[in-house]
Amino acid sequence: MAKFDWKETKRQITDSQVWQSIFRHGYEDTPRNRILMVSGNVWLHLHPSKVQKHAVRMRFTWCMGGITFLLFLVTVVTGVYLMFYYRPTAEYAYADMKYLEFDMPFGMLMRNMHRWAAHGMVIAVWLHMFRVFMTGSYKPPREFNWVVGVILLVLTLLLSFTGYLLPWDQLSIWAVTVGSNMARATPLLGHGGPFHEVLGVNPVYDARAFIFGGGEIGPHTLLRFYILHCIFFPLIASLFMAVHFWRIRRDGMSGPL
Amino acid sequence: MRAAGAGAGGAGARTPAAGGSKRIEVPIKKASGGVEEKLHTWPFLVRSEFLMSILVIIVLTVWSLLLNAPLEQPSNPTRTPNPSKAPWYFLGLQEMLVFFDPWYAGVVLPCFIIVGLMLIPYLDINPKGNGYYTFRERSFEILTFFIGFHILWVSFIIIGTFFRGPGWNWFWPGQVWDPHLVEALTNVDLPYMFGLRDYLASAIFGLAVIGGYFVVGYAGLYYWIRSRPAGDPWSAFPGGGPEILKKWGPVRFGITGFLVLAMAGVFIKMALRHALNIKYILVTPWINI
Ligand code: HEM
Repeated sequence: MAKFDWKETKRQITDSQVWQSIFRHGYEDTPRNRILMVSGNVWLHLHPSKVQKHAVRMRFTWCMGGITFLLFLVTVVTGVYLMFYYRPTAEYAYADMKYLEFDMPFGMLMRNMHRWAAHGMVIAVWLHMFRVFMTGSYKPPREFNWVVGVILLVLTLLLSFTGYLLPWDQLSIWAVTVGSNMARATPLLGHGGPFHEVLGVNPVYDARAFIFGGGEIGPHTLLRFYILHCIFFPLIASLFMAVHFWRIRRDGMSGPL
Repeated sequence: MRAAGAGAGGAGARTPAAGGSKRIEVPIKKASGGVEEKLHTWPFLVRSEFLMSILVIIVLTVWSLLLNAPLEQPSNPTRTPNPSKAPWYFLGLQEMLVFFDPWYAGVVLPCFIIVGLMLIPYLDINPKGNGYYTFRERSFEILTFFIGFHILWVSFIIIGTFFRGPGWNWFWPGQVWDPHLVEALTNVDLPYMFGLRDYLASAIFGLAVIGGYFVVGYAGLYYWIRSRPAGDPWSAFPGGGPEILKKWGPVRFGITGFLVLAMAGVFIKMALRHALNIKYILVTPWINI
């Protein structure tokens, strides 16, 4: 039997139509490949193919924007897993949490990762904002990207807040009640706020009822928060992140030049 | 003071952050004539991102293996826990409820915070300190941010998380939470303290105090900026205070002044409450501040 020729086999594979249709360039460390590696890859081409040296330094960015994004992705992945086992109704929600924790393979781990990543994301986004402030990176021409960032900050908090209700335990409903009760005090629009009589708002028809989906926290609130948490806010946040990243790409990283 | 290389060429003069002899570095000629070294994203940036991602995921996994997410008793709308705390990231606002009514602490103040944050790039016209760390060149901006973010926001979250117990009373960590602790409410309104007993007089008095605060505050800010000396080497405005005011313009000055004074007002209200047990400054049948 003839000796098996590795080189020849490898050449046949990499020259085949299938291989070439997937991989457009080789892996040797050449300047051309380094550029193609980024520009030819849909995920990596979020980056420019070359970056200023200081922008790579961790001391400059603290990696915090990237970590925020990474933690967001973690919550997306673990969140999908949780969604398979969770029903957003008052009868089942709490029981499903228990079921998830005790019966589902890796259920507890997924739940923990989802929750801690969400908390981590809130911390990371604040640190990111702090870094951007300290490097003065909101100054022209990046003013508007700072505004987009503030919107992302608010969305991050809203994502976290709407998720807080879903376990449907004492911690969650009371924390969300305390938070949402503020809306009751909205001037003009809340039934406990100043000038509420002007528009004639009442407990079942005011700013808080809009958040709760009714006069009090209840099953309707759970469904509402579930949809906001799993569909609406992630979608909006992704859109704003796309704008955020696009503008960083256009304007380049801020730097001392 | 600058950490990220001072000016054109500064970055190029440094040794590469990450070692490796085979790196291919292509200097890019800038229109200005300076040379800023650029690195290939692959492998240099992607490598750091990759390693950082692995690190974050490992930390998160270990954290999640060691510490379970909380799950308390099933929800019961008839049993209000004492204290009921908002999620930790909103505790700064909940803490504000000690000093202000909910319409201000929970609605107006957060709006000021969000709008104020969004306006920062348009209010700050100092061209220096764009893209590098510096304190000297933008001390006012950094101190303002520090007071708002670190002192007001972060420290109030810490207070709300660790120092507040039943009845939102102050408990040291480790101290037993006594749900029956009663703190004497001896607060009085400022107009009452000055002997005013009817609404109209109190309201006029309160408005005058708040109006006076803003007039004095604006004037103070104006003269403080005006008195910035000319020729400060760290400043982008060699003409000093008058030049700053001219370039800044009345709109920016007005908005910045309002936001800064509103923020300082939080401190003043806290001080009045703690030192003199003042509840409200402005008392009307509709709103109280
Ligand atoms: C979900 C939230 C956010 C994500 C995922 C995100 C992501 C990122 C990433 C990956 C970068 C690249 C540089 C870096 O890593 O530091 C960046 C830059 C930037 N971010 Fe964010 N960000 C978020 C929120 C914010 C917030 C809250 C602000 C400000 C209020 C902000 C303002 C900016 C600005 C101005 C830049 C450009 C910085 C420069 O050129 O030096 N972002 N962001």
